[in-house]
Amino acid sequence: MMRPLRLEKKETSVLVGIMILVIIIMVLANPGTFLTYTNMKGMAYQLPELGILTLAMMVVMISGGINLSIIATANMAGIVAAIILKSQPGSPSVAFLLALGACLGVSSAIGLLNGVLVAFVEMPPILATLGTMTLFNGISIVITKGYVISGFSPAVLYIGNGMLLGIPFPLLIFLLAAIVMSIFLRKTRTGFSLFMIGSNAMATKFSGINNMAVLIRTYLVSGIYSGIAALVMISRFNSAKSGYGDSYLLITILAAVLGGVKSEGGFGNVSGVVIALITLQVLSSGFNLLRVSSFLTTAIWGFIMIAVMVTNFLIENRKTRGAT
Amino acid sequence: MKRLLARHETYIFGIIVVFSIIITAINPNFLTLENAFDILKSNAFTGIMAIGVLFVLISGGIDISFAATATIAEYLTVLICLRVGGSMLFAFFSALVIGIILGAVNGYLIDRFAVPPIITTIATMNLYYGLLIVFSKGRWIYALPQYFRTFADIRVITLYTAEGLPYGLSIVTALWFVLMVLSAGLLFYTRLGRSIYAVGGDAISAKRVGVSVKMVRIFVYAFMGAMASVAGIVQALLVQAVAPNSIVGKELNVIAAVVLGGASLAGGVGTVSGMFLGVMLLAIVQNGMTLMRVPAVWYDVFVGLVILFSVGSSSWKVKKEKVGTFIDIEPLSPPMVQEGGR
Repeated sequence: MMRPLRLEKKETSVLVGIMILVIIIMVLANPGTFLTYTNMKGMAYQLPELGILTLAMMVVMISGGINLSIIATANMAGIVAAIILKSQPGSPSVAFLLALGACLGVSSAIGLLNGVLVAFVEMPPILATLGTMTLFNGISIVITKGYVISGFSPAVLYIGNGMLLGIPFPLLIFLLAAIVMSIFLRKTRTGFSLFMIGSNAMATKFSGINNMAVLIRTYLVSGIYSGIAALVMISRFNSAKSGYGDSYLLITILAAVLGGVKSEGGFGNVSGVVIALITLQVLSSGFNLLRVSSFLTTAIWGFIMIAVMVTNFLIENRKTRGAT
Repeated sequence: MKRLLARHETYIFGIIVVFSIIITAINPNFLTLENAFDILKSNAFTGIMAIGVLFVLISGGIDISFAATATIAEYLTVLICLRVGGSMLFAFFSALVIGIILGAVNGYLIDRFAVPPIITTIATMNLYYGLLIVFSKGRWIYALPQYFRTFADIRVITLYTAEGLPYGLSIVTALWFVLMVLSAGLLFYTRLGRSIYAVGGDAISAKRVGVSVKMVRIFVYAFMGAMASVAGIVQALLVQAVAPNSIVGKELNVIAAVVLGGASLAGGVGTVSGMFLGVMLLAIVQNGMTLMRVPAVWYDVFVGLVILFSVGSSSWKVKKEKVGTFIDIEPLSPPMVQEGGR
């Protein structure tokens, strides 16, 4: 399988440069508190939620689409899992497995629906997923009547709060999810076609790729990843509710783009996204230690985003000017 | 093209009529002038923002930051008015200045650095909103200047109910309508308006025929900022309080309303009348649910279905038409093959 799909070297180095810069600034600004076990552990527990959701966003962005329904999918799947866990059918372990299956089942079904709407009905992705986002947010509210479902068994809480071999369990899930995504994008036929569709859907159609099948699978993967995020979310919050993590939606797009995913499609890789996520997490934890408002952190994320896009533009511009 | 647009608007109008009939059958209070004035008043805020969104979509862009812009314009203006005093006219002026600056920043970034509009405006949304919350500390403002209250109560037309209670067309609705008429005029009868369609249709061709793409882009985002700021003031007038977090989060709903009205995310397509119908469709769904005593928790479900059904059916239609053109071409090919064979 070909692998021409790497980030341009310069973009990656800008990204790594920013990450190192941010880490150095935060270490210097928080002497004695940033480089501590507690802080590192805190970061490791916080990163996975946004991280898995960003992977769900990234995979559709590579195809040239967007998935606004990831959070709504995660909440819906989380709520269904929570209801099963609370009603306790059979023994705790049976309930756990049922909830796990239902969570992934619901999220794949929503992903499949998005895929069909985008690929078969040919709706613009932003509108199709805006529609499903609103619809499933609505259904979640109807099911829960807007209330919180809370209180789960230790086994469920372990997913988001446990530790395995000294590594936080959610971080392990995130790493596994990232590796699987990387393999999907680079080593499978569907993954490869996905990049090609993102670059030029017309060309792939005429070169015998079944665009519809590839796109449906893409949205399916995005849905499943939202379901995995749902497991981590309900476990970390020890509850499920519609509207949890709504503010993550646009941040996942920022994180993906910061990581080198092109919003027009066709470009992006997992390592870039992971670097971007680490940068954002270091900023957020570092500012938290400095007792800076989390909203200022959001503002700075926005500012960094603009700065990176402008820098990339200027680098690109100089390169093309040099060529002519 | 024009006929297709007209078809879309008739189609949305048809859906509105069907909904209205259903709602009226269940609750006759729906089809009263009083209720109509009420809907038009409470949706003026969304409607004014929708005008700006329409311009941005026609130019082929998208803006996510307008809700943040609206809030900042609203909050700062009320603060300024409380500090230095002023009048309603001054409030609108001050909001417009803030809105235009914030919008123009988006336009400049998008045009100068070729950053995709969705990314630019998500970034500026986070930047603007984050800073607003940090500096306002999330505090609400309840004590608005007196003229905000007097102005909000002005009625352009006053009627009386059977019980003798006054009701009528609010000044806020009148403002919305005036802005819509002016925008429609701008879009259809000015060089700038036609240029916006041209840039949205094909930016490169537009540039070749001498349209300043840069000016058009900066204009539409600045205009979006201006509409957002007016909407911000309207929100303050309607609610008589200013909350830094009340508007942000509604941006996608406004975009959905405009798209329901026939504007295309690909650019070059959209009309003010369609946008108005799109806004009204969602407004009537919401109002109708209240009147039909459907629990409010169902609102999102209905809106989601309306978006999926409405956008889905028009996408499906476009897809079918595309297939049709392929079939049309086919009968032409055999003669060509014969010619080659001769």
